[in-house]
Amino acid sequence: MEQMQKQYHVHYSPAKGWARVDFHELWRYKDLIWLFVKRDFTVMYKQTVLGPAWVLINPILSAAMYTVMFGVIAGLSTDGVPQTLFYLAGSALWGFFAACINKISATFTTNSAIFSKVYFPRLAMPISTMLSALINFLLQFAMFFIMLLYYVAKGAVHPNWAMMPLTVLLLVQVGLLGLGCGIIVSSLTTRYRDLMVVVTFGVQLWMYGTPVVYPLSMVSGMSRVLYVAMLLNPMTAPMESFRYIFFGSGQVSVLMWAISILWTIALLALGLSLFSKVEKTFVDTV
Amino acid sequence: MQQQKDIMIRVRNVRKKYRLGQIGGGTLRGDLQSWWARKRGKEDPNTLIGTDQRLIGTTFMALNGLSFDVYKGEAVGIIGSNGAGKSTLLKLLTHVTAPTEGDIDLYGRVASMLEVGTGFHPEMTGRENVYLNGAILGMTRAEIDAKMNEIIEFSEVGDFIDTPVKRYSSGMYVKLAFSVAAHLDSEIMIMDEVLAVGDMKFQKKCLTKMRQAAKRDGKTVLYVSHNMATIRDLCDRCIVLDKGKIVFDGDVDEGIAIYLAQKSQSTDFVDYSQYKRDNWFKRDNLRLQSARFQVPSVESIDHTQPLRAEYVIHAREEAQGVGLRFEVRNEVGNPLATSCLYGLDLHPGENRFTAEYDLRVLSPGQYSNYFTLFTLGEGGTHTVEDWVPGIQFRLVHTFLEGELEWNAKEWGAVELPQTRLVEQEHKA
Repeated sequence: MEQMQKQYHVHYSPAKGWARVDFHELWRYKDLIWLFVKRDFTVMYKQTVLGPAWVLINPILSAAMYTVMFGVIAGLSTDGVPQTLFYLAGSALWGFFAACINKISATFTTNSAIFSKVYFPRLAMPISTMLSALINFLLQFAMFFIMLLYYVAKGAVHPNWAMMPLTVLLLVQVGLLGLGCGIIVSSLTTRYRDLMVVVTFGVQLWMYGTPVVYPLSMVSGMSRVLYVAMLLNPMTAPMESFRYIFFGSGQVSVLMWAISILWTIALLALGLSLFSKVEKTFVDTV
Repeated sequence: MQQQKDIMIRVRNVRKKYRLGQIGGGTLRGDLQSWWARKRGKEDPNTLIGTDQRLIGTTFMALNGLSFDVYKGEAVGIIGSNGAGKSTLLKLLTHVTAPTEGDIDLYGRVASMLEVGTGFHPEMTGRENVYLNGAILGMTRAEIDAKMNEIIEFSEVGDFIDTPVKRYSSGMYVKLAFSVAAHLDSEIMIMDEVLAVGDMKFQKKCLTKMRQAAKRDGKTVLYVSHNMATIRDLCDRCIVLDKGKIVFDGDVDEGIAIYLAQKSQSTDFVDYSQYKRDNWFKRDNLRLQSARFQVPSVESIDHTQPLRAEYVIHAREEAQGVGLRFEVRNEVGNPLATSCLYGLDLHPGENRFTAEYDLRVLSPGQYSNYFTLFTLGEGGTHTVEDWVPGIQFRLVHTFLEGELEWNAKEWGAVELPQTRLVEQEHKA
């Protein structure tokens, strides 16, 4: 009895100051996180005509659009990488990051009904959203990889095979960055609903400020100021590294990664404390 | 023997403050605008026109200094009129929101049943939903696996467990949802009228399960309900809340008596002498001064019995052929039904009379009403003389064997007279 009491004692008190995240509790709810991911897929599969095929159609369509717009019409450089491959990689990886922010930012608004009735660590929601986006990306990545092998066989690209395991770390970095940004926005949207509109637009703007539809090498040749701005952008490092690993092109530096990781840590820390502060009394304001 | 009882819930000086009126600007633009206006000493452009300036920024104490302890094995009923703070208290105890002041300590795992079926997704099968709902309520996958058969059996859904829940009847849905909640491994159970689900047979089964949990398994139960019968049946202690404070804590029967007395005092009688009418009532020839329902409690009016209401109308001058409309609305204020009283002859001064209503066709449920005084003009036209919000009341029905429990959500609030079978044929 004594032991059980110690084990399960919880204490609720007013929300004051910067809140802390209870990672131990979050871990206890790992099954829930996984079930939310599963639910996302079940629902997606059951409610649409093409079902999971959309996951693959989306990046193909955007890659096709980019090829026409930026490759053919604007004639932007791709560092010698076949255009289809270059834009597919860009739209898939950016798509993962954008999905994290866009979907996570709606966490509180779309789940207010559940949140006002039962307690579970609210962070389970954004984390599961991030994992869903990651799984979507992995499906797209599989498609990308098959296409990559085709071009490798043709001798058009030369990937750095030895670096490939590092992709895992790269994805962790992008996922955490997306999670950080997403929970910051979601915490702010509980107070400012109109932020939701800004987010979708802002993420799009961010994409054009990141070497997604063009390589970093193109910018570094153009202007010093733009290049520094790119260096400060935390998404530049993962984007360029992805190309470095799979195409053998792209510019990567330690400084670039240091900046990116610092951003991720800072945004994640800010996001987590904002989120845990908002989650305590969010129910009262909806 | 252990002398000291094991404490399970400790609540100390808990207050919960809500802000009335606007909570934040709602939009970033609005907040910036307000901030800029304040900065220049101008009037806030986002203030709602016509709102009382004093109300803005005023706060409302939903809970105003609650303290109590609950020990192992106790089944505590929490009662109080609407707005007394019951739901707020449950939300604090289940960690849905944080208190403004005070401390809450829980010594055990909590199964919260503020709503059954939270997170159920219509596209997923019963089994998938059990996993998801169980996890939302705090169970691990292994725990759900271990209890799956028990849950399915208790819910009576049987083979439908692998069918998407959108194909379930509302009864099945609720039974499955309740079963998940009822099988949580927890020391403390917090429930908000969830026993009012399903058919009578299932309700009895749930009640038995709850009683078992408290009496046999030594769980601690906190139960909020408007149904005094289940409170009496299930609980051995009763906390009465009123305006955010505990007004009674102790014996169940005593608590219920205090609660009912408090209710009947406050709500079966309305005094309109100070009631401010809308501007468009230029005429004040006729004024309803008060109304009273002659019932033991407006919280449980048997709808098969005639309802008597006592009125006082003040008239400035002689008035003939005055009518009184009794307009019934549902909880959200939609008009449902109206009964008219015609041909009142009123004399200057106070007129007192009693009227009787037949509310048999209204199904059991929570209602509110409006009183309208009118005079008939020529050719069916009429002039409204006075219009005031009436009394909140709840119609109840004691179900007989062989009768349906009325489902107002699906069938409406009006229960027409029973269907007569006129003819029946049979061909083999």
